[in-house]
Amino acid sequence: MVERTPILNFVTHVILFLGFLMAVAPFVIVAIASSHNLKDVNDVPMSLLPGSDFWVNIKTAWTTADLGPKLLNSFIMATGVAAGKVIISALTAFSIVYFRYPGRTFIFWLIFVTLMLPLEVRIVPTYAVVANVLSPYQAILDVTGLSWLIEKVSGVQVSLNLGLLNSYSGLILPLIATATGTFLYRQFFLTVPDELTEAARMDGAGPIRFFIDILLPLSRNNMAALGTIMFLWAWNQYLWPLLITTDQSHATAVTELKQLIPNVGGIPEWNIAMAGTLIVMLPPLIVVVAMQRWFVRGLIATEK
Amino acid sequence: MEKRVTFSRWTIGILFAVPQLLLIFTFFYWPAGQAVYWSLTLQQPWGGGNIWVGLDNFRSILSSADYWNSITASLVFAAISTGLAMFIALVLAALTDRQLAGSRFYRVVLIWPYGIAAPALALAFRFILAPEAGFLAVVNRMWPGIWDPGLDGADAMASIIAAFSWKYVGYNFIFFLAAFQAIPRSLIEAAAMDGSGVLRRFWDIQFPLITPTIFFLLVINITESFQDSFGIVDIMTSGGPANATNLMVYKIYSDGFKGLDYSGAAAQSIILMLLIVVLTIFQFRFIERRVHYR
Repeated sequence: MVERTPILNFVTHVILFLGFLMAVAPFVIVAIASSHNLKDVNDVPMSLLPGSDFWVNIKTAWTTADLGPKLLNSFIMATGVAAGKVIISALTAFSIVYFRYPGRTFIFWLIFVTLMLPLEVRIVPTYAVVANVLSPYQAILDVTGLSWLIEKVSGVQVSLNLGLLNSYSGLILPLIATATGTFLYRQFFLTVPDELTEAARMDGAGPIRFFIDILLPLSRNNMAALGTIMFLWAWNQYLWPLLITTDQSHATAVTELKQLIPNVGGIPEWNIAMAGTLIVMLPPLIVVVAMQRWFVRGLIATEK
Repeated sequence: MEKRVTFSRWTIGILFAVPQLLLIFTFFYWPAGQAVYWSLTLQQPWGGGNIWVGLDNFRSILSSADYWNSITASLVFAAISTGLAMFIALVLAALTDRQLAGSRFYRVVLIWPYGIAAPALALAFRFILAPEAGFLAVVNRMWPGIWDPGLDGADAMASIIAAFSWKYVGYNFIFFLAAFQAIPRSLIEAAAMDGSGVLRRFWDIQFPLITPTIFFLLVINITESFQDSFGIVDIMTSGGPANATNLMVYKIYSDGFKGLDYSGAAAQSIILMLLIVVLTIFQFRFIERRVHYR
């Protein structure tokens, strides 16, 4: 930039180009492998000239792993998580920034702590909760003696039961229950000038009006960034969908990949497996490419 | 920082927080508490509730060779993949930040890997690194049997490290590049005026200024290597061969859902939670340092 460094510039170009090759090679290999027939894909080394069976393989992968409905499931889950996060985090951040009520700091910390423990480390009990989401409330009623009281008074035995296994809410809700977006909004709300709030109040706007007509339109950038990140994150979830979709009807595209792994000793249908991989990795890749700006911004903002 | 102007009707304010609070109570605090309870009790095999066993679950886990093997595997995996992913990303970001021709292009492409689901890239790497097809199989043509992730534990570990690092190079690159770009150009130009070369400027100006990002990424990479590795392990090796890649989260999953040992799995979850909490607290200490720099 400031001086002439021909040798260093050459080295820079070479290393960056190697980095580029490293980053795209798996994509290219997956794409080429999915165009070969069974014999060519198992050649060692595999030919890097594309074969002619691309659409056949895509079609086979599509039907073997039943990808149509699975992609739809993935899409519903990812959109649900993104929308839920964008809305619920905004509400919470509004509450902890714009109001003074007793216990506000406590609520702040209660939410903050959820950043520390990802879903992966508490899967077993979370699974039990999702099998019956009302079980925490049942247990509270039992322990406090309230269910005994209700039974004595009304003669009705309290047994709350609502299973969310194999349902979209079961897929989506536990993934929303973290604080990632809340702090993104909080940081932004703190930068909104107080004069704006004063002016709005002067004009007779209550909190709800201010939130909907002023704060939310101002947060559009944050919403786009958070939505992009959450969509990708939810689309790429694996362990959680794998656990709670015991029934095929709600499985997602990513969990379905397991069906495509060639068995040891079976027919090594790598071309089909790679075609399936290509289909599953394409939607998030499109989102990253199309929403690059929001993606980078969201990542950097949510992790801080 | 606090707002000077607020709304006075705080009942509405609390209502705004209720959806989030209900969610985190049901899906976060309750399960976390449940994990503690299960880890201290033992479920009767034929029903009849849980009996209190104190720290027995922890004792039996900590005395099991399998568990220590899993911890060692996780640590080896975390150390090597974090080191690789961060080093490569740091070099690429530093070079991209030199803003030679084409740097805009690299800035776009080098982050793609992070968008891909771990299981999808795992399947791609399983093919690329397969012993009988794909690309690495070439070495088996020359020296038969030298590479086989299905039989050799070290090979399997190398495969999952390659897949995980590939994804996280993209992630680290985003953060390193942002950190480099946040350094004022005037600093670097002033140093150049004083006659320092590119490498000198890197070690004396840029590197010290991005150390907070390095610490931050170090913690994030290690915690992610505990979590995001699940999909990679499940697709590529299923924890094998001979438990060589049975990482901690994978072991929780297989003990809890395949072995149906909820108490053991809960105790393992607690240990992992503690580990992650310690790392996070460690990270907050360095975040303070980072704020200090600005």
